[in-house]
Amino acid sequence: MSHLAQTQTQETFVLNLGPQHPATHGVLRVKLVMDGEYIVHAEPVLGYIHRMHEKMGENRTWAQFMPNTGRLDYLSALSYNFGYAAAVERAAGITVPERAEYIRVITTELNRISSHLLWFGAFVLDLGGFTPLLYAFDDREQILDLLESVTGSRLTYCYFRFGGVYNDIDDNFVPGSLAFIKRLRARMPMYHDLVTKNIILMKRLIGIGPISAEMCRRYGATGPVLRGSGVQFDVRKNEPYSVYPEFNFDIPVYHECDSMARYMVRMDEIEQSMRIIEQACNKLPEGPIMAEKAPKIIKPAPGDYYFSVEAARGSFGVRIVSDGTNTPYRLKLRSPTFSNLSLFAEASQGMLLADALALMGSLDLVIPEIDR
Amino acid sequence: MGNYTELLRLLAYLVGIIAFAALNAAYLVWLERKEAAHIQRRIGPKEVGPYGLLQPLADGIKLMTKQLIVPAGADVILFKVAPLLILAPAIASFVTIPFSETLVARNINLGLLMIFAFASLNVMGVLIGGWGSNNKYAVISAARAVSQNVAYEIPMLITAITMVMVAGTMNLNEIVMQQPNIFKWYIFRFTASPLMPVAFLIFFICSLAETNRAPFDMAEAESELVAGAYTEYSGMGFGVFFMGEYANVVIGCSLATILFLGGWQSPFGVPADAHWSLFLFKPGILWFLIKLYLLCFTVIWVRWTYPRTQFYGLLNLSWKYLIPISLFNLLLTGAMLKVFQS
Repeated sequence: MSHLAQTQTQETFVLNLGPQHPATHGVLRVKLVMDGEYIVHAEPVLGYIHRMHEKMGENRTWAQFMPNTGRLDYLSALSYNFGYAAAVERAAGITVPERAEYIRVITTELNRISSHLLWFGAFVLDLGGFTPLLYAFDDREQILDLLESVTGSRLTYCYFRFGGVYNDIDDNFVPGSLAFIKRLRARMPMYHDLVTKNIILMKRLIGIGPISAEMCRRYGATGPVLRGSGVQFDVRKNEPYSVYPEFNFDIPVYHECDSMARYMVRMDEIEQSMRIIEQACNKLPEGPIMAEKAPKIIKPAPGDYYFSVEAARGSFGVRIVSDGTNTPYRLKLRSPTFSNLSLFAEASQGMLLADALALMGSLDLVIPEIDR
Repeated sequence: MGNYTELLRLLAYLVGIIAFAALNAAYLVWLERKEAAHIQRRIGPKEVGPYGLLQPLADGIKLMTKQLIVPAGADVILFKVAPLLILAPAIASFVTIPFSETLVARNINLGLLMIFAFASLNVMGVLIGGWGSNNKYAVISAARAVSQNVAYEIPMLITAITMVMVAGTMNLNEIVMQQPNIFKWYIFRFTASPLMPVAFLIFFICSLAETNRAPFDMAEAESELVAGAYTEYSGMGFGVFFMGEYANVVIGCSLATILFLGGWQSPFGVPADAHWSLFLFKPGILWFLIKLYLLCFTVIWVRWTYPRTQFYGLLNLSWKYLIPISLFNLLLTGAMLKVFQS
């Protein structure tokens, strides 16, 4: 974008992108200082749906906060369930039975696929392609049906409990999941043929919106954004938790650092998640779904605990400080999208508006999770 | 007495053209929604009337009953004139379109030139609407629309000049008469230039860009510019913009049909013994409409299957590819005409 340096004049204007704008997918506002169609300076303005989740956590018992976790990132709520439940389990010293861990992994990975599918549709929509969204929703619908049958809800799950899960899976769940994977495996080549290899899409993504690994490090970006910058970091592999070490899966990494790399990382992750689900479904052990010794009233020993999981958008961390009572003393949520959005201001500098929106789409923002 | 029949004829054509443009706008919206739905594996409008056929009527009533809000700080006159500036030239262009051998309002010798003259006016609508609505997105859109139209009018006109050279006339009806069957359609007239199908493609792409249709809908670009120049328009102001857009689509497709696909001529040609001229062979309005709506169908099809191009990609396509190719075609056609006619 050397063009900007050559032509930048003092005649700039401020463009308010949002809080209601079709491309921000929520109530995000970005204040753009523009020179023509080039962005001189971008400033994300947050807080439009701040709901004080962390403060809420400090005024509730440990268990009462669980539903809140499903309302952070409403597209992959189970990862957030997972992060919080696992953090409290570590603090309170509860061990989870193996069957429950398997169910957690299967449901979380299904949720990850559904989140990536929705992102895929919404991202192509940002680029002006309407149709893939409907196809992605069609596939995602199958996952929602499966998860509804086990968790009882379709979007804001509150399925995990300290020591296990709330409900055992039904007889249709495993065959249903395997059938879904078969279906999606057949559809993925179609998505790649019709969307990934589309010449217009390639021109709009390849080389657009470079984010270097160094920039990711400075802003703490994780997840597909980091992996699209050539860094092989995935909490599931690097700091394994639950039963993830038992599965054979790869971490897709692309070194191009552009929007296409982030797109490909997510598309490949769908396939890796399918592999995990397949293995987990085949190995699913019998047994209890709740730890027998899980106390009814949780009172973790005083201390400072941190636990992070790989959510669909990156590393989600929960830091809890317990003073030994039945409510947390401090509850800090580290949400991946907040860090991923933070680099937008720097990365979008000097870009064209349309390219910057492609970049923003490739970050996969979910606003309620940024604002919390 | 002769003056009265001429006046009546004029009135009949005026009413007919406006009705045709309005019906087209209404039912192309229906077609667009239905086609988009089927591409996306949905059903589309189905509640209002059979197959949702009365949906455009409901949409029209809804738009007409809505208030036309003029935003604060807008230039009221420009804001209100802009939609008409898109619709009026499009309707005027219908005057020279030959729907059949006799069904043409004004059989002007410079028909092609007139249509292009009116077509260049229609960018003024977007420019003035974008400028007048006091909205930054609209201004960006207006600027985009102008550079896009400048870029795409050139290859379109070069292709049109090529066609005029081949046909030797600017009278649209005469151009159609030179293409009596499918082998003599200009798209397949390889004796004039081996690049004729390419010329058709260039013309079609340019008419997509000229009418701001996806994948070149830079001026609207809803995921970037909200609704571009149309952002501040409500009610029938918005409705007229859309009638204008669809009227322009119809004009573009009509021109492509006339110049390349034989207009109202039957693809099978008229057999020598005319008394068994079944409707298949009979040239006329039916053939024109079939070809026209097949092209309109393609325009909509493209919109729902491709993402939007990047703005500089759009300009590059025109300046770096379409203009050189169409210029080469112009020279080639000129040379071939010289060689074969002398």
